Amino acid sequence: MSSYVLVDRLQFAFTVTFHYMFPILTMGLGLFIAYLKTVSYVGRPHRRWLLRKTDEERDAHESAARFWAKIFAVTFAVGVVTGIPLEFEFGTNWAAFSNYAGGVIGQTLALEGTFSFLLESAFLGVFIYGASRVSPRSHWLSAVAVFIGSWLSGFFIVATDAWMQHPVGYAGTGKSVHLKSFWALMTNPWLIWQYPHNMGGAALTGAFVLAAMGAFYLLLGRHERFARLCVTVGVVGALIFAVLQIFPTGDQSGENVYHDQPATFASMEGVFQTQRGAPLVIIGNPNTQTRQLESVIALPKFLSFLTSHHFTSVVRGLDSFPTSLWPSSVPLVYYSYRIMVGLGTLLALLAVIATYLLWRRKLFRSRTVLWALMIAFPFTYIANIAGWVTAEVGRQPWVVYGLLRTSAAASPAQSVPAGIGIFTLLGFLGLYILIAILYVLLIVRIVARGPEDVPARPRSVPAAVGV
Amino acid sequence: MHTLWFLLLAAVITVYVVLDGFDLGAGALFFLLGRGEEERGRISSAIGPVWDGNETWLVVGGGVLFLSFPRAYAGAFSGLYFGLMIVLWLLIGRGLAIEFRHQIDHPLWHQATDFVFAVASALLAIVLGVALGNVVRGVPIGANGYFHLPLFSILNWYALLVGLLALLVLSAQSASFLAVRAAGTLGERARKLARRLVPAQIIAGAIMVWPTYAVRHHMLTGFGDHPWTIILPAAGAIAILTEIVAQARGRWGRAFVANCAAITALLATAAAGVYPDILPARQGHPFSLTIDNAAAAAHSLDVAIVWFPIGMVLAACYFTYAYRTLFRSPPA
Ligand code: HDD
Ligand code: HEM
Ligand code: HEM
Repeated sequence: MSSYVLVDRLQFAFTVTFHYMFPILTMGLGLFIAYLKTVSYVGRPHRRWLLRKTDEERDAHESAARFWAKIFAVTFAVGVVTGIPLEFEFGTNWAAFSNYAGGVIGQTLALEGTFSFLLESAFLGVFIYGASRVSPRSHWLSAVAVFIGSWLSGFFIVATDAWMQHPVGYAGTGKSVHLKSFWALMTNPWLIWQYPHNMGGAALTGAFVLAAMGAFYLLLGRHERFARLCVTVGVVGALIFAVLQIFPTGDQSGENVYHDQPATFASMEGVFQTQRGAPLVIIGNPNTQTRQLESVIALPKFLSFLTSHHFTSVVRGLDSFPTSLWPSSVPLVYYSYRIMVGLGTLLALLAVIATYLLWRRKLFRSRTVLWALMIAFPFTYIANIAGWVTAEVGRQPWVVYGLLRTSAAASPAQSVPAGIGIFTLLGFLGLYILIAILYVLLIVRIVARGPEDVPARPRSVPAAVGV
Repeated sequence: MHTLWFLLLAAVITVYVVLDGFDLGAGALFFLLGRGEEERGRISSAIGPVWDGNETWLVVGGGVLFLSFPRAYAGAFSGLYFGLMIVLWLLIGRGLAIEFRHQIDHPLWHQATDFVFAVASALLAIVLGVALGNVVRGVPIGANGYFHLPLFSILNWYALLVGLLALLVLSAQSASFLAVRAAGTLGERARKLARRLVPAQIIAGAIMVWPTYAVRHHMLTGFGDHPWTIILPAAGAIAILTEIVAQARGRWGRAFVANCAAITALLATAAAGVYPDILPARQGHPFSLTIDNAAAAAHSLDVAIVWFPIGMVLAACYFTYAYRTLFRSPPA
């Protein structure tokens, strides 16, 4: 592969990975902030279920929502400024790809801007700056609008990616493709599972971040009421989303890969030889030279079972594809996939233990589990990124699976020579390191200051006269 | 259909310039208008809640260009690579400077973020003009639809002139915004500046006529071919006159609206001059990317023409709602 294409790939991979670290949290927190705000605004003593809340409990939810809104605002700002380069990079670095696929993915990207970014950004100002300027109802609605906007933007961008993984609803010549069925694009079978799986990953991060913050304050002995609320909401959320992440969304995503991208699947599972009753490898190093998996610990026949629910079915190995169709780095796909699944399992385990202790009312005193919750959240980021690396590197050598090769997708070398690409890549590296440092600094300050007490409005019982 | 999308694209870009204009200009005028910590804080909080929404129109503009004219998107963005990357870095620095300013309450921190904000905003205002200048002038497109303009060819004399004009126009836009939104001496100063910038704009606009004719005859001869397009610059002139009258009467809200109209007319004039090209080639036809040879396939455009207006109506609703809620409070 020519060096200028490699530079484009590196720059895109770096900028998109960095960007994605922030939407993970805004989408995750957006969900929980919308929940906290809803309880605070709608909750009443006479309502049922989650909305049965006294004014004191509602105050706790309101204060928590305000605290998380501060973290949300800083994260969102970084998400926005790092997202804009991506939208441009399709044209700057992947001009041939844009030319080829613009007739299809121009739709999803323009949809995202029109329907979600405008919604999100118009209401974010109201939500963040309007707390004291607008009515409680407007403030609640703007929190919900921001949440919907961010999950919609996740939908359209994942729809873009799903089309690149599994093109549907298009027609066209070898030179370019265009849209044939909008409906098919929006109901891409790949998208149906990739979207919930991806959003589940973001929600899981949100939940673990909530739990970590609560655990941190509990271990410090500060902000008791706030901390307990965060741990409770976080742990329950973590359990729900950790389970959904494995089944059905992770399982079904795997099935999609197995059917539609067999070479990717073989790389993810490290299957070199086509075989009947393939084992599920727990540990093992893929060696692409000898085409062997080394130092293996495996569950016999389980891979066949997981993919087709028959112990004896055939799994195609990498040997049934020419090396020109192998992902550019089989070990990278293999290890990232293992990291995602491994962390997913461990995180689910932790969520189960914590929920059990919460139910038995022992969690707030169990320092070991609180410690574990406090340090668990970075691993949700790692799992999310590892998942994307599996998907994106696994899709290679294609940009649009089966249609357009990555090597033919970049901007022509005469427009964007490798040297200039390296220059701008270094520029992004420097700038983003600075941003990362500032971001951490600002978050640490917010955490050090802690939550403030804010009363929920409107009060369910009118304040007695003279009080 | 292609003409319709050309108009929609021009409309989105105009909305972007009008909206982001007042916060970009506020950055360019930051140290000129905001004397001292307190006043700068007020300018910053006047635009804090809205800059992101304004800038999002740029993202939408990019999306619409990609959607409707993918070849122009691919060609222009790769050809102007270096210039665009610098735009991106400026946008990043500027956005973070606004958002991070009020995170730490210390004069030293504010000085740092204000400096980044002011410099990045001024440069962006110029760069937007430079981009427009290059489109009007045309770029060296090759037979394959691609071209390459190195950094210092992007910054050619004509484009830089347009850049300066843009800086002036956007400064006037933000001065008339702050004339409405700022109270006290800050507001006084903004009003004074807004009054002065109007004649400056007229002079600068007049000066630009000749160079524009020099780089692209069609910008003027086009009026002969389609006499009705004269309406556009005429509307601009009327808007400017209205603005002068409104300013003299102290009707600052109306003056701001008039200034928005003037910018719209200016951009519409430029768009009419470029049409039916979307990215003219310096060598002329057949190399130019026109609304026909750069457009997406018919079905893509047909589908999008259904959902796009819906999205715009929704966006108009929530922007009206959000800005009304935020700007209901008296000027600060
Ligand atoms: C916290 C995050 C997280 C966790 C715990 C998991 N995943 Fe995941 N996974 C993602 C986050 C993620 C992701 C980042 O969201 C990906 C990348 C692309 C996408 O849409 O979702 C993804 C993609 C992804 C794919 C598609 C890869 C491709 O397209 O080539 C499969 C097959 C799985 N996952 C399977 C699983 C299984 C079986 C899990 C069981 C534990 C699991 N994931 C846990
Ligand atoms: C959902 C929206 C996304 C789209 C439309 C998208 C699109 C692309 C494109 C066009 C490329 C360049 C061509 C190529 O190398 O194949 C690419 C590569 C890549 N992307 Fe994505 N991407 C998306 C999300 C992500 C996310 C969230 C991550 C990481 C967290 C990611 C990680 C990567 C990596 C690592 C590569 C380089 C793969 C390689 O070159 O081997 N992508 N993606
Ligand atoms: C190549 C891929 C991507 C592109 C082109 C892209 C583009 C953008 C742009 C332009 C923005 C700024 C919007 C604004 O001005 O308000 C943004 C923000 C955002 N992006 Fe991305 N993005 C990509 C990947 C992703 C992925 C994979 C997700 C999630 C699934 C995502 C979710 C978001 C969200 C939720 C925001 C709002 C800001 C925030 O929450 O931080 N993006 N993105």
